Amino acid sequence: MNTDKILVMIFGLIGIVLTYWFFLMKKEREVSAESLRAGKAGEIDIKVSGGYSPEVISIPKGKMTKINFLRTDSTDCLSEVVLSDFKIRKQLPLNQRVTIEITPQKEGEFLFACGMNMYHGKLKVV
Amino acid sequence: MAEVKKTFSIKGMHCASCVRVIEKSLSKTPGVSSSVVNLATEQASVTYDSEKVTDDDLISAVANVGYKAGLAKELENDDEQKIEKEKELKNLRNKVIVSLGLGLLILWGSFPGITSTAPLFLKNFWIQLLLATPVQFWAGAGFYRATIPALKHRTANMDTLVAIGTSVAYGYSAIVAIFPQIIQRIGVKPEPYFDVAAIIIGLILLGRYFEAKVKAGTSEAIKKLIGLQAKTARVLRQTKDKLLEVDVPIEEVQIGDVIRVRPGEKIPVDGEILEGDSSIDESMVTGESIPKDKQKGDTVIGATINKTGTFLYKATKVGADTMLSQIIKLVQEAQASKAPIQKLVDLISSYFVPIVIILSIATFVVWYVLGPTPAFLFAMLSSIAVLIIACPCAMGLATPTAIMVGTGKGAEHGILIKDAQSLEIAHKINTVIFDKTGTLTKGKPEVTDIISVTEISNFQFQISNKTRKSKLSKEEIILWLAASIEKGSEHSLAEAIVKAAEQRKLALSKVEEFKAIAGHGVSGILNTKHPASPAGRPKSKILLGNRKLLEKENINYSSIVQTIELLESEGKTVMFLAVDKKLTGLIAVADTVKDTAHEGVQALQKMNIETVMITGDNPRTAKAIAAQVGIKRVLAEVLPDQKETEVRKIQAEGKRVAMVGDGINDAPALAAADIGIAMGTGTDVAIEAADITLINKDIKSVAQAINLSKKTMRTIKLNLFWAFGYNVSLIPIAMGVLYPFFGILLNPIFASVAMATSSISVVSNSLLLKRQRI
Repeated sequence: MNTDKILVMIFGLIGIVLTYWFFLMKKEREVSAESLRAGKAGEIDIKVSGGYSPEVISIPKGKMTKINFLRTDSTDCLSEVVLSDFKIRKQLPLNQRVTIEITPQKEGEFLFACGMNMYHGKLKVV
Repeated sequence: MAEVKKTFSIKGMHCASCVRVIEKSLSKTPGVSSSVVNLATEQASVTYDSEKVTDDDLISAVANVGYKAGLAKELENDDEQKIEKEKELKNLRNKVIVSLGLGLLILWGSFPGITSTAPLFLKNFWIQLLLATPVQFWAGAGFYRATIPALKHRTANMDTLVAIGTSVAYGYSAIVAIFPQIIQRIGVKPEPYFDVAAIIIGLILLGRYFEAKVKAGTSEAIKKLIGLQAKTARVLRQTKDKLLEVDVPIEEVQIGDVIRVRPGEKIPVDGEILEGDSSIDESMVTGESIPKDKQKGDTVIGATINKTGTFLYKATKVGADTMLSQIIKLVQEAQASKAPIQKLVDLISSYFVPIVIILSIATFVVWYVLGPTPAFLFAMLSSIAVLIIACPCAMGLATPTAIMVGTGKGAEHGILIKDAQSLEIAHKINTVIFDKTGTLTKGKPEVTDIISVTEISNFQFQISNKTRKSKLSKEEIILWLAASIEKGSEHSLAEAIVKAAEQRKLALSKVEEFKAIAGHGVSGILNTKHPASPAGRPKSKILLGNRKLLEKENINYSSIVQTIELLESEGKTVMFLAVDKKLTGLIAVADTVKDTAHEGVQALQKMNIETVMITGDNPRTAKAIAAQVGIKRVLAEVLPDQKETEVRKIQAEGKRVAMVGDGINDAPALAAADIGIAMGTGTDVAIEAADITLINKDIKSVAQAINLSKKTMRTIKLNLFWAFGYNVSLIPIAMGVLYPFFGILLNPIFASVAMATSSISVVSNSLLLKRQRI
């Protein structure tokens, strides 16, 4: 086998491993609605650009939490956010803050996603 | 801080100084961070902290300086969004035209077979680079804009795939154009692939353009519902000396306001008619096509159309409490909910894009190592084709678009579906249990027979009857006794008896110690005089109820069994009246079967769905009613609290059960069933208990709802089949699995055609649901 083919195989393998590690082995960064803004418990800001930051938020059970979405990314897919467990589907106009109020009644993990279900975030109710 | 921005409409402004005055007044209000007043549009845009200041405070602040403000609400917001969307679409269209135009020119100059007809300058690599660059970095900028922040989050989507695929094609081609000797040195003929990059971008943008246009149709139902809302109301306002009719914005109508509605006008909010009568077309809200005649005391629904008469009515529900608002809220919630079938899609889509990138790398390696010469070109084009053909969008759109169209279509027919889960379960229903009263029947029973029982023919009652002066007949005495005791009851049979007494102008007596015995009847003490009663004891204990009550109290009714059976076989409910534990008379009450009940039941039976009737009535009456509507299986003498158990028993037979009831009395049974269907209005508590609410109260809609569920599920399954099937079959083809056997290899340009059409086909298939008959 030629050297170039061996090199392509090695780099290909490295590429596959790197892709797997980069996209599928990332650690979730969790932010709590209680700790995020001192004195402003129950409110959390999520920046919508290429995904949601923070993408994992923890919110208290039985208390109303305001989630403020601000979309700065023009990707059409992100123009809608869906919290299907809470039956909420909201348009996110570009550069406008949209507040969603939720009072979760049970503990657990609830996913939220863009309108096409490609970008995901998670609400952890504790 | 909860900062919000709202727009208020301002009336009374004449000049620029008015603007200054209002802005100053608003700015001085604590909590307001900014206010901009526009004289031309007569609007004020105010940004404020909703925890410190309310809308009313702001309206007062404007009123204090002599102007009138009202909430312009979200309409402007919607308009802004619409304009924004239109702008985006126009922008997208321009990019499609430019990228496809330039891409086709490059294709003409470079594609084997047609390149000989092209002008010489188009064959120049530098010209091709010049033409491809704006397509890659202007028209395709959106792909990069979405990819870069996504990579920062270590996520990837379809834009990432397109950005990588076209960048590889463009980058390689740029090297060919600028440094052809490098390519020659590795043994490859220097041929650029600018056409691949440009045409892929053009076609994918074209796909997105059509997808955006088609997708707008999926939310049409909710837009239609929102559009039904009236904008103004003609409210009667008392001034110092006269009563004025003033047109006010709908947001300013308050509960208790008296509103005038003229023929042809839209009824602004929910209310109750005070004066006048009319025929009202409620089809837009309830789906019922025949206009309803309404008179004083009847309720009217906001957003419906007044056909003939003029009337005055009192607003009873405004803003978010109106039936239309409740319906909109319910449909919006249903459209945002997730069907259980989507869980699999969620799981796959979370791994999809990284796996496609891995497959693309693997494709490159395999082609490079094992492919024919020029291996590098085969490897590059195949790996690009894999990236481009993969379409996660089609999977993401498959379920929600069908749910949106399905729930919207339901709302148009007066069928409100609580969530996607209910819609999914409903298609599996094979047994429908109907509650009788108010569901199969009109729920307005009437007294048909009053029979005096011979054993008490000598009774005399001393009735203090102020309304009727003439002597009462035996039947009227029975009715008087029964109505007096039932006056405090809310049962529909009680209403029928009281109504019959009122029609005969009998003044009812006061009952003491009234007691309702659930599932049996009522008892109480009434002021009567009886020859057999000992002096000084003018009071008698009255019992009114069913056979069970007589048996419980050991009252003999054997002498009239034949009469009872005859009445019951006619579908009448027989009530027994006993005075001091002696049977006095019978009152038969009959409820009319709804006009559409038989047709509705037949429709279900045609779908091979078993129909069952459940009622508290005795078996004979129950069977007579069931026979009228065509139901064979009857569950009679079921007490209200036993209905839930009966539902569970049928479920234990392995059946998927839908329970149809009024949603109030049978809420536990509705909740116990796989699907609870309430025949109610939008404002009833029924909506909370039921999975499906039929606001048109039409039995035919039960079959329609199940049919809608079946059709929506069929659409979802077809969508998923396309979306998955497309990716599962075409990705391997793009990888080149057919090449060793048939010599077929997919050009990346054809991959982009397939990809662009996949999302459109899924959304279009969902839209086809709109045309289906349910």
